Amino acid sequence: MPQRETESSASTSAPVIQLSGVHKIYRTGEIEVHALQGVSMNVRRGEFVAVMGPSGSGKSTMMNIIGCLDRLSSGTYILDGIDVSTMSRNELADTRNQKIGFVFQAFNLIPRTSALANVELPMVYAGVSPAERSERARAALEGVGLGAKEHSFPNQLSGGQQQRVALARAMASNPAIILADEPTGALDSKTAEEIMSMFQQLNRERGITIVLVTHEPDVALHAKRLVRFKDGLIQEDRSITPQDDILTLLHPLEVSHEIP
Amino acid sequence: MRFLDIQKMAVHALGKNKIQTALTMLGIVIGVSAVIAMVSLGEGAQKLVQDQVAGMGTNVLQIQGGGGWNAGGGARQGNDQQSLTEGDVESIRQEVPTVKLVTPIAQAQGQFVFGNQNWQSRVEGSNEHYLDIRGLKFDQGDFFTAQDVQTASRVVVLGKTVAENLFQGSDPIGQTIRIRNLPYRVIGVLTPKGQSANGQDQDDFAIMPYTTVQKKMTNSAIPRINRISVSAIGAQATGAAKDQITELLRERHSIRPGQPEDFRVNNLTEVAEAAEATTRVMTLLLGSIAAVSLLVGGIGIMNIMLVSVTERTREIGIRMAIGSRGSYIRMQFLAESVILCMLGGLIGVLLGIGLSVAIARVMGWPSFVSPQAASIAFLFSAATGVFFGYYPAHKAASLDPIEALRYE
Repeated sequence: MPQRETESSASTSAPVIQLSGVHKIYRTGEIEVHALQGVSMNVRRGEFVAVMGPSGSGKSTMMNIIGCLDRLSSGTYILDGIDVSTMSRNELADTRNQKIGFVFQAFNLIPRTSALANVELPMVYAGVSPAERSERARAALEGVGLGAKEHSFPNQLSGGQQQRVALARAMASNPAIILADEPTGALDSKTAEEIMSMFQQLNRERGITIVLVTHEPDVALHAKRLVRFKDGLIQEDRSITPQDDILTLLHPLEVSHEIP
Repeated sequence: MRFLDIQKMAVHALGKNKIQTALTMLGIVIGVSAVIAMVSLGEGAQKLVQDQVAGMGTNVLQIQGGGGWNAGGGARQGNDQQSLTEGDVESIRQEVPTVKLVTPIAQAQGQFVFGNQNWQSRVEGSNEHYLDIRGLKFDQGDFFTAQDVQTASRVVVLGKTVAENLFQGSDPIGQTIRIRNLPYRVIGVLTPKGQSANGQDQDDFAIMPYTTVQKKMTNSAIPRINRISVSAIGAQATGAAKDQITELLRERHSIRPGQPEDFRVNNLTEVAEAAEATTRVMTLLLGSIAAVSLLVGGIGIMNIMLVSVTERTREIGIRMAIGSRGSYIRMQFLAESVILCMLGGLIGVLLGIGLSVAIARVMGWPSFVSPQAASIAFLFSAATGVFFGYYPAHKAASLDPIEALRYE
């Protein structure tokens, strides 16, 4: 799509994610859940955003919409210059394939399938030739320091290693953004720290745009911007400065209103 | 997504669960091999009947002498009773236009002796047309001539079994053997025909002029004719020939309308056609029973594929998240069931061929593997894969990626 090329190369600071007036309503029988109530937010190329908020605040719904896994009820969502709000199931699948790299809390590698094959999988769906995709997958595995483990199955790898394979899989198809949903939730703190510095490195050195959902302030501290959700709305949206620490991230700035 | 990658993915997925794959395949293997074995055996039986028709001679009618025949078709007084005469033979030859060749048959039994070898067998006495009517050939020597029939020469043509048992490999032509203590010269040996459908040795007999049998081998005063064999001028003519002969003989034997006949005309072509129709129905029946087991195998495939979709819900969610279209998921699962069925079908075809050859050998039937049955069964198994794999594949493709990812 030539349109995408011109948009993305026009300016490095053009928004990769443009959300305006996004509503999401779930209907389960009689009950309507208004999960997002008019969210507007832009994410520019090269940003590293941490999304925080309590359970049920709408942050997961937000992530599903940004990740093209779910469709919004009203509003618009423009991803990398393309309006995805009205896309069909297949178009959404193709968009996920080409624009988005996912990293999940539970790693979500395909079991009994080698690390290399796991990293290749998005490129298989993209129709990349076998020679090219294995070359790119190897490079991605080298990039996360797992070049020697390409033939290992997920169950032969530690949690940290599995998450690095997942990161390599997300990176291999050169996505516009990486969406990480609690990527350190299942890891011990030392491994979590390793994974987070890997995210930082990707963001700093390669300019990858990252949106990361987390509960933990020390994980959020690795990001450059904080977006906090509450009751289906953005409650707080600010930069993370070197002055911030775990305590300042734990609660919104308007502490006085929140703590009884 | 490339087509080959879908195949590879499917094969990889099947390889992950080898025992489950093998057991599921077993249903198809059994179904396909049963279909092939049953149809092949059925067609073998059909071919057997056809061979027998050819063995009885082309367009042959048999006129059986003897007492009246009851409605059931059995002989009331045995078929020893004399009712056919040489005059009957002669008038059939002259007056029935649809008849090509006629021979009277006079039968006898006897001990065959050559040197110190003994063999009990039967003798068929006929005229010089016997071979043409029955469609037989001879290996060595000659057949007797009209001259031999007229003079009641003491010549004999042996079936292969008789020749082998008496001569043990040495050349029988020109040798003299004794039957019922009278010497006969061997002038020919017939080409072997092998066993008949009911396991009878069709080569265990000898032929000589019927006049010789009547004069030398039977003790009755009246020259005896057991049967008359007739060949019609064509396959279509056998029906007409039967009617004409019946009419002629009723008249000759002075049987009034409504009275039972003292002979019976058997149209062997008719009998053969009836037998062939029966075996065809049998084939169909056996084949359909076997097809049921293929159906059961297909349902087994569907069951396993449904279980597999549930088991792999999370994997499907992951695949969708990283960009698989629903249609790719559907194709992968469909490919899994089709590959499973085609592999099962292939093994089933080989097993079915092996089975039908083995059963045919045990039963002494000609083994006849029908290439049509094999290819139809194989294609049918592939179709089973598509038919029973489609619903599970569709179910997998319609999963919601978010819910599938959350599935524990």
